[in-house]
Amino acid sequence: MNKEVQKKIAVTLIFLILVSIPFGMKKYEELTSDSFDADMEMAMERYGFFLEEVTQSIGVGFVHRRATVDEKLHHILPQISSVGASVTIVDFNNNGLNDIFLTNSEFGEKNALYKNLGDGTFIDVAQEMGIADLNIPGLGASMGAIWGDYNNSGYEDLFLYRWGKPELFRNENGHGFTRVTEEAGLPDHINANTAIWLDYNRNGYLDLFIGGYYHEDVNLFDLSSTHMMPDSYEFATNGGLNYLFENQGDGTFIDVSEKVGLHVSRRWTLASAAADINDSGFPDIILANDYGVDEIFINRNGEYFFNTGQEAGLGFIPKSGMSVAIGDVMNQNNFAIYITNISEAGVLMQGNNLWVPTRQRSGDIPRFRNVAGNMGVEIGEWGYGGQFIDLNNNGNLDLYVANGYVSDEPDTDYWYDYARVVGGNRAVIIDANNWPPMNNRTFSGYQTNKIWLNDGAGRFREVARSVGGDLNLDSRSVAYADLFGTGAMDLIVANQNQPVVIYRNHVTPDHNWIGFKLEGTKSNRSAIGATVILHRNGTTTRKFVSGGDAFSSQSQRAVHFGLGNEESIRSVEIRWPSGTVQTIDGLELNHYHKIIEATE
Amino acid sequence: MASFQLTDKIKNFSLPPGLIGPVLITAIVVAAHLSFGILDGWQKFAIALAAACVTEAVLHKFVTGKWRNLSSAYISGNSAGILVRSPMLWPFALCAAISIASKYVFRYKGTHIWNPTNFGIVVMLLIASDSMAVLSIQWGSNMWAMAMIWLVGFFVISKVKLFHICAVYMVSFFAFAWIRSVYTGGMFLAEVAPITGPMYQLFVLFMITDPKTTVSTKNGRMLVAFLIALVEMFFRLGEAVYAPFYALFIVGPIALIIDKLWQERKAKSLSKSASVAR
Repeated sequence: MNKEVQKKIAVTLIFLILVSIPFGMKKYEELTSDSFDADMEMAMERYGFFLEEVTQSIGVGFVHRRATVDEKLHHILPQISSVGASVTIVDFNNNGLNDIFLTNSEFGEKNALYKNLGDGTFIDVAQEMGIADLNIPGLGASMGAIWGDYNNSGYEDLFLYRWGKPELFRNENGHGFTRVTEEAGLPDHINANTAIWLDYNRNGYLDLFIGGYYHEDVNLFDLSSTHMMPDSYEFATNGGLNYLFENQGDGTFIDVSEKVGLHVSRRWTLASAAADINDSGFPDIILANDYGVDEIFINRNGEYFFNTGQEAGLGFIPKSGMSVAIGDVMNQNNFAIYITNISEAGVLMQGNNLWVPTRQRSGDIPRFRNVAGNMGVEIGEWGYGGQFIDLNNNGNLDLYVANGYVSDEPDTDYWYDYARVVGGNRAVIIDANNWPPMNNRTFSGYQTNKIWLNDGAGRFREVARSVGGDLNLDSRSVAYADLFGTGAMDLIVANQNQPVVIYRNHVTPDHNWIGFKLEGTKSNRSAIGATVILHRNGTTTRKFVSGGDAFSSQSQRAVHFGLGNEESIRSVEIRWPSGTVQTIDGLELNHYHKIIEATE
Repeated sequence: MASFQLTDKIKNFSLPPGLIGPVLITAIVVAAHLSFGILDGWQKFAIALAAACVTEAVLHKFVTGKWRNLSSAYISGNSAGILVRSPMLWPFALCAAISIASKYVFRYKGTHIWNPTNFGIVVMLLIASDSMAVLSIQWGSNMWAMAMIWLVGFFVISKVKLFHICAVYMVSFFAFAWIRSVYTGGMFLAEVAPITGPMYQLFVLFMITDPKTTVSTKNGRMLVAFLIALVEMFFRLGEAVYAPFYALFIVGPIALIIDKLWQERKAKSLSKSASVAR
């Protein structure tokens, strides 16, 4: 064989090796995967938990119906009305049990408040409580809700955000709700898809952050112009304003958004969360923005917010931010941030982001690094709610990620038409008339939610199929709560234009846990914003009391820690929003402990 | 006097033809990234660039025994770094490496027949579509920035006398967009929307004008540009998101092979008539 031919063969071999690399990687992944079909015994043995779907059997038959917007948008209705299915957890009557609130969106369809009867069943009491019939022409369609005791009465009040008029309902000692929107001074119209309670100035009263998605001048139910779509797929500048309403302590709120620096951008905010990410004592705000970069607003002494997404490392590459979750994912006593985005094989590969804090810091601005790829939680699909949950009580935060956009006629696809328009210039993309009709086509639909189990050593493993959590509805909002008093975090998944799904979580009894129900005295009574630091034997980890997070959700108020096989904890340190620090030890495991903020 | 000399130097300044491509693509990448952050990150871009240059250097040395100028690998690496979209690093390196390696494997009469990046992208879409996508969204929403890139690009392309390819392709694209909109009943603007994005800027300015993979005559090049747009129309009717890449992947090598055969035949017939004349 002559030398030239030998060289040709060698080069061809090199080429063949190169093109076979992805195939080899997939094969290796298949060979090393220990995934199996849902099996309770095997799942409990291998992963320490199993999810049992119990929705109907516990009395929950809620089905979300999407809002019908102006007929000028009917050709793309499923993607315009792609949100609104939300779930929040509240103990509205202070009986110690977690209740479930679900929003509907179509006019005339009712929201639901499922009261926990304590015997493993639930009953919808929204109508008698006065918070069912809230999807009304002229007022708007429900998009989500958050619960917080804004008047420190001891009962959780309801804030409902819409594409339309936001509403505040005062809880009348668990017997009903009174609409107090007008006297509270809330605005007439915001196209909101996220809101959170936080006490930004630590004055003991909960303030209200509301994130705008569509521009607030757009009335989606009576459109004056079809030029209301994003003006860019990655750099949109025409979204809704974000708002901060400061609680005056007398039942009224004043809009301080501009004063505190929140009107610096017009991004399309889809999700938000607030936590003290720099240990300043003040809650910072993290925003997941669709059609652009995400943002971190650092709270400067409760006086103003400084937008520092880029400096913090997470505000440079524009993606489609859909959800924000905050958790101490490495048990290093600091908060990481998980933001879901969109990934569709062969068309758009954004990848989700897991931002972990580095040791670098610039003044009060922490610096984050995206380790989603290294930890195996990067490639979801069309992501929505992403929640940190310790599903097996082993002490490591796992991840539940909702996926799926529009499931319509099987074997059809809208991506081609979508890609054409979003690749176009501002003049094209901004006008809804230029968006091709969907014609009942599926658009990133029938996707399966992910359950990523944290091995505690820096890697996550996807186990949804094996643990019974194989759900392929168009999931949006995900909340966790101990619904049955077992010390395990059950899952509630709200699905767009589809039924809600509830999973009872069976956790191995070998794993211990501890929970804390906090009540503020100097701080807001809900204790929202309090950081709970658990000193375990060998590690220190932290959680916080959330006023709403992920995508349109709020999980149980009580702070819960899984402990694995540990038989005791050293102590728990509570940093209350007021600045009070309280340390308690000698606590019994496998109980929720009620802790009232020390007044001295 | 000094200023006169300087003006004179500027007037007479011209880039060596081999550097025009690298300089143009570098200018576009730097300007677009600093303005809009078009890259997934410098790290990913650098990996694509490095993989292209290393593969070129190693394979060329292995095959010919000589080191070669890396400007063409540099362009391929840039294109892969911009066009590949993936949260992972390896697709950037692999696309660049496959692009370059294809030049040494698929050859006809002493020359490669696919535009390397076009080949790399299409193969990656076939073998690794669950790990990567191709840049298909716009750079910013600023019309002027987009217009500026087109203008600078066309200016440079006209300097190397290849503007006719771009012009024929663009005109054909618009014509076929109109035909598609009539056929499907869709909006004309939605049909032409993709050409306002960066994917097409790279496609038009760098891929279909690649001197190594274009045919020898001006008329032939214009015909090929038209045929690419025609085949692309069929891919678009089949709802292929990356229709232009597939069209070039098919039309490009066929055109090149026909061109080579035609040239050979022409040369033969010329030499035949020359010998008859003798």
